[in-house]
Order: sequence, then C-alpha cells, then structure tokens
Amino acid sequence: MTVRAVLRDLFSPYHPGTSAIHRLPAAVKLGAILALILVLAFLPAAAWAAYAAAAALLLLAALLSRVPLSRLAQRLLLIEPFALGMALLALFQPHGLQQFLAIMTKSTLCLSALVLLSATTRTTDLLRLLSRLRVPPLFITTLTLMHRYLFVLLDEAQRMQRARRSRSLHQGRWATWHAWASVAAHLFVRSADRAERIYAAMCARGWKT
Amino acid sequence: MHIPDGFLDIKTAATCGALALTGVGVALHTVRRTLPERRVPLVGLAAAFVFAAQMLNFPVGGGASGHLMGSVLAVVLLGPSAAVLVMTAVLVLQCFMFADGGVTALGANVFNMALVSTFTGYAVYRLLCRLGPDTPRTRLMATAFAAWSSTVAAALACAGELALSGTILWALVSPTMLGSHMFIGIGEGLITTLVVAAIARTRPELLGARQGPGQAGGYVEFTVYGLLVALGLVIFVAPFASPSPDGLERAAATLGFEQQTAATRIASPLNDYAVAGLDTTALSTILAGGIGAVVAFIFALLLARAFALPERAPSAAPPNDGPCCAP
Repeated sequence: MTVRAVLRDLFSPYHPGTSAIHRLPAAVKLGAILALILVLAFLPAAAWAAYAAAAALLLLAALLSRVPLSRLAQRLLLIEPFALGMALLALFQPHGLQQFLAIMTKSTLCLSALVLLSATTRTTDLLRLLSRLRVPPLFITTLTLMHRYLFVLLDEAQRMQRARRSRSLHQGRWATWHAWASVAAHLFVRSADRAERIYAAMCARGWKT
Repeated sequence: MHIPDGFLDIKTAATCGALALTGVGVALHTVRRTLPERRVPLVGLAAAFVFAAQMLNFPVGGGASGHLMGSVLAVVLLGPSAAVLVMTAVLVLQCFMFADGGVTALGANVFNMALVSTFTGYAVYRLLCRLGPDTPRTRLMATAFAAWSSTVAAALACAGELALSGTILWALVSPTMLGSHMFIGIGEGLITTLVVAAIARTRPELLGARQGPGQAGGYVEFTVYGLLVALGLVIFVAPFASPSPDGLERAAATLGFEQQTAATRIASPLNDYAVAGLDTTALSTILAGGIGAVVAFIFALLLARAFALPERAPSAAPPNDGPCCAP
C-alpha cells in the first residue's frame, strides 16, 4: 500500500452507508460512544469481563453498520502505534505486564469505538450537533472552517511539494528542511490570502458573528 | 504526545478537563473581544494550516521523520489567545475525526499542547524579545528558543499527568519524555524559525499585524494563562519534583491525606513503589534539563544569526515568490 493510499484512507474516515447505525441521529451515536468510552477508560485495570462485553457490543455495532471490518481494522492499525509507543514504557515497571495489557485493551477498545463513530457519522453532522449543544459560535466557526479547508490546504501543500521535487534533483538534508519550511511558509501566506477572500465571500452572503 | 484513552485516571482527567475548559474559555472571550471581525476566518484557516503542517512529515534521519507541533508558530503568527483557540480546534478535530488522542484525555491534551506549550512559548518569546535589541534577529532567536521550551514544557506536563494517574512511574516516564522532547524540541525550533523567517522574507506584514493594537490589553489574559499553567504544573509535577529520597511518597501522602485545598487533594498513585535511586534520577534530570536548555539556547542564537542576515539588506536577496526556490 502506498503512502498516498494510507493518507487517503486516513483522511476519509466516513464510510457511506444506509445501515441502521448510519441512520441513527448523530446525538444518539455520540452520546452512546462517549458513555462507553467514559466507562471503559475509568474502569479498574483488571475488569476483563467488562472489556469482553464492550468488545462484543462494539463488534455487534460494527457488523450492523455493514462497514467492512477490514477497513475498520486498517484505520485502527494506523492509529494504534501511537498508543503502543506510550504503553511500552509501562512494561519497565513492577507489575508492568498487567498494567501494559490493561492499558492496551482499554485504549484499543476506545479507539475502536471512535473509529466506528467516525466511520458511520459525517463530521459535519457532529459539528451541527455541537452548535445545538451551545458550544460558543466562534469555536464552531473555527472548527467548521478548519474542517472545510484542511483538505484544500493539504492538496495545496502536496502540489507545492510535487512541484519542488520535480524541479530539484537529489538534495541534502539541510536543503530538504529548508524547502519544507518554504512550502509551509507559503502555505500560511496562501491561507491568509484565502482567509481574506473567504471573509469577503462570507460578508457577501450576509454573515454575522 | 497525544495521550490516548485509558492512560489517565479519573482525578487527573477531571483536573485537566477543568483547567483546559477555563483556559479555552478565557481564550474564546479574549479573541471575541479583541479580534477584528475580518480576521475571524483567518483563525479557522490558521487552524487548518497548523493541522496540515502537522501532517507534513520532514525527514529527521535514519528513516525516522518528525512533525511540527506548531503552537509557537501559531503564537508568533496570531498572538497567544488565538493560538490557544487554534491548537484546541486542531486537537478536538484530531480526537473526534481521526481518533488521535483520547476523548477522556482531551482535557489533558488541550492543557498540554494548547495551554502549557502556547503559554510557555509566548512567555519565553516576550521575555527574550524584551531583553534583546528590537531586531529581526532577536525575534528569530526568541522564536527558536520559545519553540524548544514549549515542547519541553508540554512533555513535562504530559509526563506528570501519566505519573500522577499511576500509569507509568515518574522515574521512568520523566527521563524518557523529557529526554526525547529535548531533541524533538530542537527540530521544532528549527522548523518554526525557518517558517517564520520565510514568512518574514516574503510577507512581513503578516507578522507585523500581531504586534498591533490587539496586543495592548493582553496582561489580564497573560496572568490568567500563567496562573492556570502554574496551577497545573503544581498539581501534576510538583508531587514528584522533590529531590529527597523519600520525597515521592511523602509528597503524595501529604498532598493526598492532609486536607489542604480541594485542588491539591490527590490520592497517592505510588503505594507499592520502592523509591530507590530517585535522588540521582531527580538530580540528573535537573542537570540534563539545564544542559539541554543551554544547548538549545546556543542553537537558537546560531540559527537566528544564520537566518536574520539576509533580512537586513532586503535589496540583496531577491523576493522569494515560489515554494520551489530552495538554495
């Protein structure tokens, strides 16, 4: 699998579908997943029966959602290393193995719950839910704009990097870093310009804070 | 440095959540009060930019690659309150959309990467800018050192939270987190400085806007963030910072069982831990931290010297208008 494929997969967590899980209101799904995570994260370390029950519940929900399990597993594997790196440290202390297994079970179950949520719920639905929950409008505007333009900026950055690569032969590390910083700086300059245009467009459509 | 679910216990997660909520609330209030309406979209776009910049890996060597945290970049570009908002938005989206960083640890992640790192970076930046002469070189040097300090401070808070939760022993987590982030911080400083220098070269007015009238009434927010960060560090790190051999147990016991204030009443997470050799660990951690800071400071000086020179003579350097103009 190429890096591009991994990235594409990483950036499109939503898996379209019409299953019962997909059709549930976002509020219900978010509430259920949050409750499950809260319980899981704060259970005592050795509550193996509860972990098994949660795993069964999540598996049932995943089967009902008809999202291919391989896809969910793939996303899980992409994120798992971050948790693993931190948990490995726990191995080096007294009773480390127990601790390590408990942490890894907890974090894997919680990650699966989040992966399932993002696979069956559009991010825009979650954002709409936030505004119903009385989150300050400024924060929602920030989140929405960020979500809307993240992919635009990432594409722009990729185009700039491709252009840079196609114009430069093999470079040393210092030159690569310098070029990287140049791409990032131009990305910001372009974002600032884009923000001006967005503001004009928003005003033209009658936007008020 | 994103803490996943299951790594924090309930008291640490709740404390972090309360601190983070307060800090973000203050940031939202300040931004709404001081930011001109036409710059509201810029905050959203800056958040997308920081997210995108975190995704662009750069090669570190040996096949490994690093990425930016971006809080000092946001501070230098937008000012402290908008930077807190930007970093919080990035962390929230990372948590819910990409499952990077846990839901129960969201408060801790926001506290570490949006409040501690932003405030530390901002304080160091302001201090160094004030101490030195008002030149681009001073500002670059301050940027580099602020980026390093912010990374190390966030790692320190993260290590404290993990230790206080009883997940990983302090004697284990603090040298690992601090040691690795002293190196990562050098990368953060280098990249932040390179990006700020490149923006200063192409569009200096984007940097100048921050030092405008919006910054005049910044003392209240500065104090509030400072108090929050200090309170957090006292709760998360101070119980472990005593260099005496039995300091750990005693500090935890004192704080845990003596009725002081509600905020510092924490149970001992380290009941069955024999604290042998802590005093060397603590001392060597402090020593290593000092040496690291000196190295990073010298590095920042060198970096500023290397990159501020062409800026003084703008006529000498042709304007850089494409991303592909690497030397």
